[in-house]
Amino acid sequence: MTVHPIIAALHKHKAGVVLIALQIALTLAIICNAIFIIGQRIERVSQPTGMHEENDLFLITQQWVSAPSADDPGGLEKLDSMQQTDLATLRNLPDVASAAPIRSLPLLRSGSVGGIGLKPLQQKDTIDANYYYGDEQALSTLGLKLVAGRAFTAADVQHKPMRDQGEPVLAIVTKPVADKLFPQGDAVGKVIYLDSSGTPTTVVGVVARLQSAVDTAGSSLTWYSALFPVRQDANFSRTVVRAKPGRLEAAMRAVRPALYAVNPMRVIDDEQGVRSFVDIRADAYRADLGMAILMSVVCLILLSITAAGIVGLTSFWVGQRQRQIGVRRALGARKIDILHYFQLENLLIAGIGAVIGILLAIGLNLWLITHFEMDRMPVIYVLVGVLAVLALGQAAVFVPARRASNVPPVVATRAV
Amino acid sequence: MFTYYLELALRSLKRSPGLTALMVLTIAFGVAASMTTYSVFRAVSGDPIPWKSSKLFVPQIDMWGPNGRGSDGEPPDAMDYNDAVTLMRDHRARLQSAMYQISPSIVPADASKHPINVSGHAVYSEFFPMLDVPFLYGSGWSTDDDTQRAAVVVISSKLNQKLFGGSNSVGKTVNVEGKDYRVVGVLNDWNPQPRFFDVVNSGGFSTGVEDVFLPFQRAISVGIPNDGNTNCNAVPTESGFVGLQHSACVWIAYMAELDDAAAVIAYKQYLDGYAHDAQQSGRFGWAPNNRLRDLPAWLDNQHVVPSDTKVSLLVALGLLLACLVNTAGLLLAKFLRRSSEIGVRRALGAPRMAIYAQFLVEAGMIGLAGGVLGLLLTGVGVASVGWVLPKDIAALARVDISLLLITLLVAVIATTLAGLYPTFRASRVQPAWQLKSN
Repeated sequence: MTVHPIIAALHKHKAGVVLIALQIALTLAIICNAIFIIGQRIERVSQPTGMHEENDLFLITQQWVSAPSADDPGGLEKLDSMQQTDLATLRNLPDVASAAPIRSLPLLRSGSVGGIGLKPLQQKDTIDANYYYGDEQALSTLGLKLVAGRAFTAADVQHKPMRDQGEPVLAIVTKPVADKLFPQGDAVGKVIYLDSSGTPTTVVGVVARLQSAVDTAGSSLTWYSALFPVRQDANFSRTVVRAKPGRLEAAMRAVRPALYAVNPMRVIDDEQGVRSFVDIRADAYRADLGMAILMSVVCLILLSITAAGIVGLTSFWVGQRQRQIGVRRALGARKIDILHYFQLENLLIAGIGAVIGILLAIGLNLWLITHFEMDRMPVIYVLVGVLAVLALGQAAVFVPARRASNVPPVVATRAV
Repeated sequence: MFTYYLELALRSLKRSPGLTALMVLTIAFGVAASMTTYSVFRAVSGDPIPWKSSKLFVPQIDMWGPNGRGSDGEPPDAMDYNDAVTLMRDHRARLQSAMYQISPSIVPADASKHPINVSGHAVYSEFFPMLDVPFLYGSGWSTDDDTQRAAVVVISSKLNQKLFGGSNSVGKTVNVEGKDYRVVGVLNDWNPQPRFFDVVNSGGFSTGVEDVFLPFQRAISVGIPNDGNTNCNAVPTESGFVGLQHSACVWIAYMAELDDAAAVIAYKQYLDGYAHDAQQSGRFGWAPNNRLRDLPAWLDNQHVVPSDTKVSLLVALGLLLACLVNTAGLLLAKFLRRSSEIGVRRALGAPRMAIYAQFLVEAGMIGLAGGVLGLLLTGVGVASVGWVLPKDIAALARVDISLLLITLLVAVIATTLAGLYPTFRASRVQPAWQLKSN
């Protein structure tokens, strides 16, 4: 079949052709970018934090009423013994596997960020990293994977006021930190300097992965983390608890009565006091998931509407050309020829739309990059989008095209 | 004549129910998607204090110098203790307040109840008149209370309900962090969104309520620590909350009311003079690099409207545009299918204008139907944003009269616009041609 008669026929329907092509272009531009956004969000949401079996974890945040000040030595010791008592109580609960004091958890949206350098009193830190503070049980409770060196021992653990200016003696860093600071892969035993300090901190271990506690918007900070053997004392405490497998709810329920029994003069918030990590994770990714759902809904509506529009307009054309179809059939064209005619016609229009759509899609992406800090869209999204709209066009045109192919040759003899 | 066109349109729409339903659905979905995302956008980009926002200013002082600036050369977005207190002491604006976020515990008088945590701010007395904070009972505290570090507190109506059953609690006592405070005022419902007086710590929007306000210097002297962000460019040389106050770490929000352009200029000069003096004395090793933004500019600078919200609105508008192109195509098909009818009408003497009117009325009717259905869908959409958006933002989106009107208006106008070209084509139909071919 030659394309020439199709183009000649399209000339008669310029407006309709332009409208369908425009719609396909708009659809392509929007769905490419929407699917790109969906893909990015899903990728972000599904990345592992580095913690093993994290669904068994929960976090306790509590605050003491009229707590002593951590700034004077007596107060500090008092606070530390209060925290130790709480820890012992929690570790003794029947459904608790282990518990550790912790400053923050991945995705908590609240944490501490500092700089790590390689030289004492370094003007500008080499990298920024998340600071996690915990005791000798923190590594195992979080379920981090140690890839080099050793975990902390009880003897390593210091206790300090939360806003302390002294640097921890030891550190465990994540592999991305170790690779960045010590590319030879010999981080264990090396010395780092925290926050442009002059006091050295020795790396004793490397863990595979530990995600940031703060929203890093995909920067390298996401995987730059360090864990220090420090039990921080303040007027509040955070504890990460690993429940025995399948006992999460029971363990979480047991926390409040147990802690209030130790000391009732404390606040454990009704909503934020005891939170499962599943909950923390869901909260952190709520906006990303919401955006992905919203974009999916938009794509769905758009594709349905475009398909319906193609069906509607092609049906109209088929109706309008009944007589011509009849003439062609009477002159010997087979049903399949008529079917192919409309399919080819649609492919042509959709092709024109797709070309404009590619330009629009890239333009929209560039615009989003400059205004909303979006990433550059890989070409594959555009290619998949083009295939999708072409397939959509073919699927939509099939029903009216089949109806056209069923027009009997006798129509040619009717009327006029 | 109009009713005649209505009748014609209705008859025409009934003749092809499938096509009509398709156009109505297209418009409805397009409008509903745009309006749902618009309701969210409107909620987060609104002015929280429209009658006064142009008089409220946020000063920024560059106390960190070139090394601490962002890539855009901006000074820190909060203040350290030293500068905040000095600015308060100099008192160059009509009203001003330094403030920091606190999260103290409240011990109920009833010993059987557990203590609770509340959030709030430590502020100066001028905070309340400056922000037109509404009071249910009592009022804010006095300037004397500021200087004497009085044990007074302003509480929210929600906390008042919890502690005092909603009665007038002015003069009664509340135990905050183990110490007794006299209630001087109870706020009426006050939950501005965004939390414009402290966007750095609230991140803009908040589902919580500000339950307590304490005098700033009182909170400092009893050591109620800040619960918000602390940013440091160097490790504090002393530890603890007192060490923080002596450091160059920033953790204090600041707002000033400047009533006219002259006051703004004077205040800007004052800030520059302050930074200049600090440069002279050697505290700053750099030239003044201050900012003084009014509230709308400040909210914009802090990116209070999430970019997701903007992108969603944009994509939804794109969807609406695609829907309109679609409707235009369908209307074109529908109108031209009736060429013979148009031919007959024209031949019988109907002027072009009559054809225009008839088909635009038909387009408008489709728009209206799409708008009504779109309203229902928008209602469903707004009700379900709670499932997909962060709670603090989803809670703000709501359907009201103005949204209803905008939805209908957008639907009708957009569909009529989409109908313009098809109508134009319809009015160009040559009567002779149509009559001949039939």
